[in-house]
Amino acid sequence: MACLLEAPLRISVLSEVTASSRHYVDRLFDPDPQKVLLGVIDMKNAVIGNNKQKANLIVLGAVPRLLYLLQQDSSGAELRTECAVVLGSLAMGTENNVKSLVDCHIIPALLQGLLSQDLKFIEACLRCLRTVFISTVTPVQLLYTDAAVIPHLMSLLSRSRRTQEYICQIFSHCCKTPDHQMILYNHGAIQNIAHLLISFSYKVQMQALKCFSVLAYENPQVSMTLVNVLVDGELLSQVFVRMMQRDKPIEMQLTAAKCLTYMCRAGAIRTDDNCIVLKTLPCLVRMCSKERLLEERVDGAETLAYLIEPDVELQRIASITDHLIAMLADYFKYPSSVSAITDIKRLDHDLKHAHELRQAAFKLYASLGANDEDIRKKIIETENMMDRIVSGLSESSIKVRLAAVRCLHSLSRSVQQLRTSFQDHAVWKPLMKLLQNAPEEVLVMASSTLCNLLLEFSPSKEPILESGAIDLLCSLTQSESPALRVNGIWALMNMAFQAEQKIKMDILRALSTEQLFRLLSDPDVNVLMKTLGLLRNLLSTRPHIDQIMSSHGKQIMQAVTLILEGEHNIEVKEQTLCILANIADGTTAKDLIMINDDILQKIKYYMGHSNVKLQLAATFCISNLIWNEEEGSQERQDRLREMGFVDILHKLTQSADPSLCDRAKTAMQQYLA
Amino acid sequence: MAELGAGSLHGGELAFNYQERELNERLKRLYPAVNEEETPLPRSWSPKDKYSYIGLSQNNLRVHYKGHGAGLCRLASKVIRVASKVIMCFVFSDHAGHGKNHKDAASVRATHPIPAACGIYYFEVKIVSKGRDGYMGIGLSAQGVNMNRLPGWDKHSYGYHGDDGHSFCSSGTGQPYGPTFTTGDVIGCCVNLINNTCFYTKNGHSLGIAFTDLPPNLYPTVGLQTPGEIVDANFGQQPFVFDIEDYMSEWRAKIQGIIERFPIAERLGEWQSVLQNMVSSYLVHHGYCATATSFARATETTIQEEQTSIKNRQRIQKLVLAGRVGEAIEATQQLYPGLLEHNPNLLFMLKCRQFVEMVNGTDSEVRCFTTRSPKSQDSYPGSPSMSPRHGASNPHLHGTGADSPTCSNGVSSGKNKQSHNKFPGLSSSSSSSSSSPSSANYSESNSTDSTKSQQHSSTSNQETSDSEMEIEAEHYSNGVLENSSTRIMNGTYKHEEILQADDSSLGNGLAEEGCTPRLLCGGNQAATERMIQFGRELQGLNEQLCREYGKNATHKQMLQDAFSLLAYSDPWNCPVGQQLDPMQRESVCATLNSAILESQNLPKQPPLMLALGQATECLQLMARVRSGSCSFARVDSFLH
Repeated sequence: MACLLEAPLRISVLSEVTASSRHYVDRLFDPDPQKVLLGVIDMKNAVIGNNKQKANLIVLGAVPRLLYLLQQDSSGAELRTECAVVLGSLAMGTENNVKSLVDCHIIPALLQGLLSQDLKFIEACLRCLRTVFISTVTPVQLLYTDAAVIPHLMSLLSRSRRTQEYICQIFSHCCKTPDHQMILYNHGAIQNIAHLLISFSYKVQMQALKCFSVLAYENPQVSMTLVNVLVDGELLSQVFVRMMQRDKPIEMQLTAAKCLTYMCRAGAIRTDDNCIVLKTLPCLVRMCSKERLLEERVDGAETLAYLIEPDVELQRIASITDHLIAMLADYFKYPSSVSAITDIKRLDHDLKHAHELRQAAFKLYASLGANDEDIRKKIIETENMMDRIVSGLSESSIKVRLAAVRCLHSLSRSVQQLRTSFQDHAVWKPLMKLLQNAPEEVLVMASSTLCNLLLEFSPSKEPILESGAIDLLCSLTQSESPALRVNGIWALMNMAFQAEQKIKMDILRALSTEQLFRLLSDPDVNVLMKTLGLLRNLLSTRPHIDQIMSSHGKQIMQAVTLILEGEHNIEVKEQTLCILANIADGTTAKDLIMINDDILQKIKYYMGHSNVKLQLAATFCISNLIWNEEEGSQERQDRLREMGFVDILHKLTQSADPSLCDRAKTAMQQYLA
Repeated sequence: MAELGAGSLHGGELAFNYQERELNERLKRLYPAVNEEETPLPRSWSPKDKYSYIGLSQNNLRVHYKGHGAGLCRLASKVIRVASKVIMCFVFSDHAGHGKNHKDAASVRATHPIPAACGIYYFEVKIVSKGRDGYMGIGLSAQGVNMNRLPGWDKHSYGYHGDDGHSFCSSGTGQPYGPTFTTGDVIGCCVNLINNTCFYTKNGHSLGIAFTDLPPNLYPTVGLQTPGEIVDANFGQQPFVFDIEDYMSEWRAKIQGIIERFPIAERLGEWQSVLQNMVSSYLVHHGYCATATSFARATETTIQEEQTSIKNRQRIQKLVLAGRVGEAIEATQQLYPGLLEHNPNLLFMLKCRQFVEMVNGTDSEVRCFTTRSPKSQDSYPGSPSMSPRHGASNPHLHGTGADSPTCSNGVSSGKNKQSHNKFPGLSSSSSSSSSSPSSANYSESNSTDSTKSQQHSSTSNQETSDSEMEIEAEHYSNGVLENSSTRIMNGTYKHEEILQADDSSLGNGLAEEGCTPRLLCGGNQAATERMIQFGRELQGLNEQLCREYGKNATHKQMLQDAFSLLAYSDPWNCPVGQQLDPMQRESVCATLNSAILESQNLPKQPPLMLALGQATECLQLMARVRSGSCSFARVDSFLH
């Protein structure tokens, strides 16, 4: 019974609310245009700041009618403008509102409206378009479907401060891909927007500035153009520098710093330019300070990480600026214990930004520690740093996990840290866990870090092996992604370096020779190189060489021949010849070369090659074959003399290259002894 | 730069002057709130305040370590000192030889402590050579801190050391702070006197806060410890590597933001009525009758004083400012009977002025003798713009009246002569700026009247020759408040304009006499006799006052000054000729106006000016009690 009672009640409440809303909608259909206008104005006043009313009106079908009125020339300028204003107000509501508006094809209707001559109407349409486009639910592609739209928007830029503000804002929100950048660029966005940077209106300045930041991002062409642009006789970069002055609003400083950062990363400004070193970098460091809002701190740290990523000098400067490394430690203190007690709103705010803050800090640490050992040491010495990374690796947020593993990767380049902190904190454990089941971008970073952890001197090597790393890495080599294949085989290579026999056999077994040979014909040269590296590491120390060659000799010799015959670069050939030299160092394995005329001819060929590196590797191989005091050395010497190797060696002793010369002389001595 | 390259002895001197000038300009720009008369800025290292191991050169900007040097006496004394601190020697027993021991450390302080009114203070030190070990410390210390130490080791001493990059906060053990520094590096030290913190910079990069809770009155300090260490200081002689002005701009914006956003909350209405009253009372005070009435109407406020009273005051003021003091006295006696009788000092002052104006030939007592200038010509309804502005420009003048202690505290002390040589640079700049625009104004205002063109040129001549006097006048009128207020006045109130208005009104009287040079009493014999007679009467009045009230040094001086004018053939170009400057009427006028208002039980000073004076004084007080934010809260930055 209770249920029955409740249902009609709810309906009646709803109908009460909708009744008043219905009234507004009904008035839109009045035959008297003057009454319609008054109705729309009343509606405008009713919906301002009232999300419920907005939703009601949308449900009751006000949008199509408003759009209809907006599109009719007969409606009159005032009514059309008011319609656009009401629609703009509706768009200010929830995401669902925006979605409904977009579904009603509001965008083409508003774009059509821009063709009007009436400035007020145009401004109202632009304002509404702006509101729709800045919502994340609106597909930005809608701006580009009609090719005439962008040029028309460009032409409207000269109409008023409002059109400038709205259009720039639309551009900055709808420029998401390199294609978008090029469309705007080709329609003269730079020339049309540059002078708005010195507009009297702060809002226009800001939106123009944001436009440039999205245009320049990872776009060398735009960036190269930007550096040469003059605004009122001043270089654009100087205008940006002025906008970074410390008495300017934070938003402006930060966005100007982004513009210069992007221009620098796109190669348009040198990293040692004063506007980067003395202005942009310190500005971004300031954005990371505790005084800034959480959003600004996230943005500042991410931009700074991007700026300094490729340049060790910038990393060094940033590392000493305003105690940045210690400042970043504060990013991990949200939500703070204080905020939990004081007020729930603050806690909510902190929680929302906590992930973002952590990942931004990890990113910046990763960039800071990318190259300089001293900086890495400073980072690791920061309070609880390793613990934070370790827990970051297993956070629920993918962004944080990725950033944490990036940070770990950056720090793992340090030999000292691998031996100490990494071992103390058993970072390999969460890392291995991360590798079991993670999205590709995380996998790439994690496996790359694992490569470093598997280096011969790393104490983590043992436990990682025991936890089943070999199978995991072998499976990575079968990945679709070249980066993962490289990392997989690279890690195996590191693992095999000076490893004991058992590990080598385990690797070979797990990988399977089929997979090994598949990798030797991998289209990615990095994969090929690392696979050859793995082979070379496997084929070291005499007993190992003989054992592996006795079981896989045939295939290996085949693969070697294939590569030496194929079209490969010098490094690949060199690596291959080194493998041959290793084989020649074996006891029984030597025979595999000696009986292979084809291979011997190839060695001979490379001894006479124009590249010294290849000559060296080939000579090394021969030298191993003719080495005295080894069983059968005499026969091999004789056979190779017959084949004319001595003459070649003799010639090589005259070589201009001292190491090649030495190598050849050492080989010749074997004959003399 | 050309001077630098000259190579001759003169070249060096020129370069020095050039550097000196640049230093002055930069310091003035960086620290506009600092009154160097009171708190001089550090400009070099002090040859007196240093340890003997330190040597100074290059205008006391370069510091080098010279160590114990020769001289047995010094060695002997060191032995004694070492002996007395045997324990210390044990502690540092691993250090052997010169410079290895902490006892070898030596410091030097700058000539002056950092004034709080800097708000933010900055200096840089370039490491010319790290010497043997690079044990260099850069920082701050209070007066009296042991100089046989590196900065940072003792109480009230703070330093950043090059060898380990640590910061030392009044302690022998350092904290990890920044990178190390060595030959070629430029280290900057910034003291924030608003929040009492300090940060360093290295090669233009801020290293972050090093010290907090700094005490006041710290001196820039450097310390060296091993042979060969050489550092150069830059106290503003050269552009800084670090962009300190950018940092200052952030704090300026912060402080101004605090002021602008000062919470008034629900007292908004209250504030508004206070502001309206201030504006209204200001207008009334200076007799802007019509403006005051319409302002009152618009803001629905009431004016305390009656319309007629305001107009009367306005009339009297105009008379004084036109130099017709005799008429002004008459009008005052008529409109405010008893006022002057009760105020003999004021009367005497007015009479003295009247005498001066007689010499000038402007007072009606002498002008009536000149046939060519009918009185009607210089009655002022035709020139309404002139007089009230004077009053407006000199709110502080009321204080110059000897008997009226003014608005603010600490004002009257030593106000008399102090302004003369304090800002030589300032006064010269003000003289040039006041003379040239005013002559331009002048020609504009008269351009419609072609007959006056000649008079115009003669007056502008006079004006250039008078420029010296104008400056004097300016100092005099501003002498009430202390010097920094002089600048405020210059920036805000346009003296030249006022002077201009005055000159043209003066012109009405003077130039009518023809284009001849100025003559005593307008050159009229009868007038001169009248003046002599008036002088006698004045003398008599003085004697009478002496009998009644006892001797009065001020009166005696006034009288003497006025009579001295007769001793010169050209009174306008004589040592006391300044009295003839129309500017001098302003103080008399303001005093009279105040006296009238006071007699009507109205404030003798407009509250607006009181508030302005109060704010200015407060800022100076802040500087004295070491609140650095005063430097970024300038009164003039809120006056437009």
